Amino acid sequence: MSSATERDPVTGTQTTGHEWDGIKELNTPMPKWWLWTFYATIVFAAVWVVLYPALPWTGTGLTGSVARLDNERDLAAHRAAAEPMLERLRQASVEQVLADPELGAYAVAGGRAAFASTCAGCHGAGGQGAPGGFPSLADDDWLWGGRLADIEQTIRHGIRAAEDADTRMSQMPRFLADGMLTAPQVNDVAEHVLSLTNRATDAAAAERGAVLFAENCAACHGERGQGNRELGAPRLDDSVWLYGGDKPAIIRSIAFARGGSMPAWGARLDPAVIRMLAAYIHSLGGTER
Amino acid sequence: MGKLDPPETLATQDAPLYASRVRVYPQAVRGTVRRVKWAVLTVCLALYYLVPWLRWNRGPGRPDQAVLADMEHGRLFFLWLEIWPQEVYYLTGLLVLGAIALFAVTSLFGRLWCGFACPQTAWTDLFMLVERLIEGDRNARMRRDRATRWSGADYARKIAKHAAWLAIAAATGGAWVAYFNDAPTLVRDALHGDVPIGVVFFFALFTATTYLLAGWAREQVCTYMCPWPRFQAAMLDADSLVVSYRDWRGEPRGKARAAGVGDCVECRACVHVCPTGVDIREGLQMACIGCGLCIDACDGIMGKLGRPQGLIAFETLDNLAASDAATKSLPPGPARQAPGMAARRVPRIIRARTILYAAVLSAVAAAMIVGLALRRPVSLEALRDRAPLFVRLSDGSIRNGFTLKLAERRAEPAQLAVDVEGLPGARLQVVGRDADAAGHPLVATRPDGVAEWRLLVTAPPQALPRAESTAITIRLRDAEGRVLAAERSVFLGPKP
Repeated sequence: MSSATERDPVTGTQTTGHEWDGIKELNTPMPKWWLWTFYATIVFAAVWVVLYPALPWTGTGLTGSVARLDNERDLAAHRAAAEPMLERLRQASVEQVLADPELGAYAVAGGRAAFASTCAGCHGAGGQGAPGGFPSLADDDWLWGGRLADIEQTIRHGIRAAEDADTRMSQMPRFLADGMLTAPQVNDVAEHVLSLTNRATDAAAAERGAVLFAENCAACHGERGQGNRELGAPRLDDSVWLYGGDKPAIIRSIAFARGGSMPAWGARLDPAVIRMLAAYIHSLGGTER
Repeated sequence: MGKLDPPETLATQDAPLYASRVRVYPQAVRGTVRRVKWAVLTVCLALYYLVPWLRWNRGPGRPDQAVLADMEHGRLFFLWLEIWPQEVYYLTGLLVLGAIALFAVTSLFGRLWCGFACPQTAWTDLFMLVERLIEGDRNARMRRDRATRWSGADYARKIAKHAAWLAIAAATGGAWVAYFNDAPTLVRDALHGDVPIGVVFFFALFTATTYLLAGWAREQVCTYMCPWPRFQAAMLDADSLVVSYRDWRGEPRGKARAAGVGDCVECRACVHVCPTGVDIREGLQMACIGCGLCIDACDGIMGKLGRPQGLIAFETLDNLAASDAATKSLPPGPARQAPGMAARRVPRIIRARTILYAAVLSAVAAAMIVGLALRRPVSLEALRDRAPLFVRLSDGSIRNGFTLKLAERRAEPAQLAVDVEGLPGARLQVVGRDADAAGHPLVATRPDGVAEWRLLVTAPPQALPRAESTAITIRLRDAEGRVLAAERSVFLGPKP
């Protein structure tokens, strides 16, 4: 019944001869050049296979362009381009980094990237710190000093880092655990510490604690609990508490002592990177001079 | 339910899968439409080739090309306007305007765009002109292409034609890259053979596409590649003026001196001049680009025969039907002319769709004009620190950090004072900057660029907000105290 030369009466178009339940498929052939473009893509693919590493046994292809090698090349070029600026950073003094807007901006930008990969694991994104001994680097309270030079020193030598001879070192006694104070005495000292920020709950205990504080604590933390950066002894008269500022936390700190540690980065990082890290951390909000 | 029977004979081997192209040899034609088409073509191509050479003084150190898309620095220069990448919505607005204008024109006058202004039409027309000048008109070209043996002169003509086409194509590709690079510098560099590979690529791309599409593909672009013919029918209605054959007057066709026939003498002039090779007498069709050259061709023939012109004309479907109804009972021939033409009415310009198109056009245009008029020289973006959300300082203050991004569109830097509304008693500090007498930090803008500053907002213990989140507005004031830019944000703190 169906034949190739049959024409659809409505459109005048030839049918393909296919018929299903009376519905016939019209034949609307594609232009020949369309077929040529298809052949052109096959030729293109053949050329591509020769030029680029498309097959396992063809190596890098004629162009030698492999994404991984390209990336390595780009990284090397980037490092070479950054080198003059890094060398300037190594040669400059701390004051020069702060005074030179171009150098300062470069250091802060580079420090941001280095911080994310090296420091943010403990100190958090943006240096926000974390509970349990990871200090915030965005506030104005510094255990070992917040000037650019202090920060750089801390990064280079670490805190209580066993592998570095010049590391920042100090040790708070474990007053209860080592039997230096009794439990009621620890309570009295805690009340006194609370009274430094006007939060004491027992005036008599705080008064007794003042005497104990002068004997046991003031040598490091200062007469009025103002802290001592030489020893890394924190301020006790402010609102920033690394291990918590409520009474149970303070009692725990006195009884069993505290002391965090940080690796020394001097042997692991380029001096320029350490300088950039210091500049970035310094810019986070402390900006102490 | 009947059984599904496969066809007894699969006839696909007889039906062609691929259609060979029927070559179109358009004939030269003279007339009003042709003159208009030449004029539109001249204006459009002159604009395209010459605009990159227009100069516009923007001051020292600034590009002096009137229309320039500076991809490297991310600036679009258009006469006095300078568009930044952030303001790409102006370009979007322009494209929306173009699309709606295209819809509006199509609903009123059919495919004017396709027939007159489309680049494919313009360059194809130009290439056909070159072809005619070198190879002769339709009959000469057809005779030569059918000949089995070519003379040396035939080869010379072909070579000359393709050389001329390539020259035009190269000029087209060259003009294209001149919109993205300073044109005189580009030409000078090209003469020294010192052009970036990207420029060479786009030059080659546009040269190749111009040569292939205007020289070789031509009407195939319109009938196979372009999506517009497929859906432009949605814009047409019975009141759109489209190129039409007045069949009530022309049919039945016959020799000029025959009796009882219409005005169409079957000379096929309308088919011979058609750049897409269609027969307009078959009615409105997808391959018709609405260029109206068949009108000129038919009018020429009618003039020679001493018959009224307008057998093919811009006409509405409504009028065709009206004329047909008025003349159906009359004998074919001259008797139909007067009553047929009298039955027509002026096409309705104001229709639901044209009102809608006009409304959208004016709304988008108005939005763009208002946007341009309210455009500020300085804009501010205040990005809140995400980590930490807030910082508690040793004296109990709460501090929030913001990164301020100041975009300066003027050529001179400005000193602006930062203040914050909504947080009484707050201390402001911009890292590395001093404050003015009133305690507002001063920031500087970067001419024709974005300056970044770090703003620290500190609420002292006695002025801590009572909520975790307080709405604030960061503002920039100039020396006279006018607010140049403002951005809303929030000040976050601990639960009170």
